[in-house]
Amino acid sequence: MIASTRWLVSDSLVFARRNISHVRQIPEKLIDVTLQPLMFVLLFAYVFGNVIAVPGGSYREYLIGGIIVQTLMFGIVGPATAIATDLTEGIVDRFRSLPASRSAYLFGHLIAELAAAALGLAVLVLAGLIVGWRIESGPADALAGFALLILFASVILWLGTLVGLIVRSPDAAMGLIFVVIFPLTFLSSAFVPLAGLPGWLRTAAEFNPVSTVAAATRTLFGNPTAVPAGAPWSLLHPVPAAVAWCLGALVIIVPLTIRRYRIRTAG
Amino acid sequence: MYEISVLSTTTFGVHAEGLGKRFGDLWALQELDLEVPAGSVLGLLGHNGAGKTTAIRILTTLALPTTGRASVAGLDVVTEAARVRTKIGLAAQSATVDGLLTARANLEMIGRLYHLPRAQARRRADELLERLDLVDAADRLVKTFSGGMRRRLDLAASLVASPPVLFLDEPTTGLDPRARNELWELLRELIRDGATVVLTTQYLDEADRFADEIVVLDHGRAIAAGTPSELKAAIGGERIAVTVAAPAELAAAAAALAPFAEAPPVDDADELRVTIPVRGGTRLIEVVRALDAAGVEATDVHRREATLDDVFLTLTERPAVGEGVAA
Repeated sequence: MIASTRWLVSDSLVFARRNISHVRQIPEKLIDVTLQPLMFVLLFAYVFGNVIAVPGGSYREYLIGGIIVQTLMFGIVGPATAIATDLTEGIVDRFRSLPASRSAYLFGHLIAELAAAALGLAVLVLAGLIVGWRIESGPADALAGFALLILFASVILWLGTLVGLIVRSPDAAMGLIFVVIFPLTFLSSAFVPLAGLPGWLRTAAEFNPVSTVAAATRTLFGNPTAVPAGAPWSLLHPVPAAVAWCLGALVIIVPLTIRRYRIRTAG
Repeated sequence: MYEISVLSTTTFGVHAEGLGKRFGDLWALQELDLEVPAGSVLGLLGHNGAGKTTAIRILTTLALPTTGRASVAGLDVVTEAARVRTKIGLAAQSATVDGLLTARANLEMIGRLYHLPRAQARRRADELLERLDLVDAADRLVKTFSGGMRRRLDLAASLVASPPVLFLDEPTTGLDPRARNELWELLRELIRDGATVVLTTQYLDEADRFADEIVVLDHGRAIAAGTPSELKAAIGGERIAVTVAAPAELAAAAAALAPFAEAPPVDDADELRVTIPVRGGTRLIEVVRALDAAGVEATDVHRREATLDDVFLTLTERPAVGEGVAA
């Protein structure tokens, strides 16, 4: 048991290293977690930000928590396309014929993608500090904030893994993701406070888990959340709600993903 | 040239009994029995969809059998799958190496996944790059490789752990003649080293060249088994094929060819062609004279080695078809 756990860890790291080597060959893979979030920061901080009012603070203080969540959301593309590509090329068969632990392949992808997410997070924190955003809370809350973001990133990456195992091609993964992830991200409080939205749209956005996670991040970093009065419980108590969302999602997604991996690669 | 031992040996080979695999309503493989003694080479011969890849996938623990049982190196492929994987090397049809890594990085990664210590994985990668003549390309990305180089690397990948049992799924399909000859040279060396090999192929001459025993698969079933010479005795060796000018001449051509044939002539009305398994010692000129004497207007007469299609024509007495269940 201990021996097999040790191999699971070391095999996962071998796979993670493979994925990180791919980045060296295709550096544009990192655009998603470097240039793209910077572009969003500039666009929203300097262009749209001037016309968006945030009750109880400045827009830039509000913005960064949202962009961090949005960047982690878009991170779903990484595992989805990488795994779909591996499956179309048949290399997974080679891996499965080796004595390495079979689930290490999935963990390898997750480790590499988590590293990319952490890089994105670092880039955004720096960019935020440059445009005037600050973490206003104490160190314990700030740490809790980062821990929550890593938890949220894991949910998204597991979901991306599941998508990669379901679709027939990397292109199909991209298509599916943009149809779901775009509206989910932008119909939330990630970029704009919800008070100004018309009735039903506002209700949908308030119950959107992306809004919950964005509000929880802002709360833990001591930034304005701009949660309107009369918002649902999940927005009034965003931290426990966000943790519950993430853990609940993992409980459902992880077994589904492992099952899908078995089905997709057997036979 | 110095020799590096690339394989270890085993006292058990490959054994299968009543192996079957069903996908939905289709049986991709049915009632396959195999007996491959250690150190010998089995050729699984058949067209696409005959069940070759399915058999390989079961034996390499990539797929579970629906019926029957099999063991590799003395280990059950279902109940002892994890241990089987330490004893096998697989070179799959799709040349499964990572295009975005260098050749060396691919082999080192596979060595690590076989749980070799880092230094040993590196040393082994170097040995195999040398052995498979890939030293010059060792640090190039695999996506820049030619088909032949990719297959060589794939073969190297299957040898990383010096596995006692090797599975090669159509190692030469899609290669140009030069690359195929190079690969054959390698296979010959491996076999000389005492490898237990299960090789699938669509080419009769390839199976004939390497296999100690051949099993012919058709639509998931073994339709013949034996040594290459037994198989040849059953199907005849060389063929003479005569193409005529008009459909009406097919019968006359068949009659003129009959004295030279070991088995009844086969005619293909679409191609206007009559083919016979030719009796040993027949000279082509005698055949041409006989056709001429019978007044047959032949547009082409040629002699060739028997192919997989001839095997099927003889064994199943119907034209071989390439389609069927995906393997």
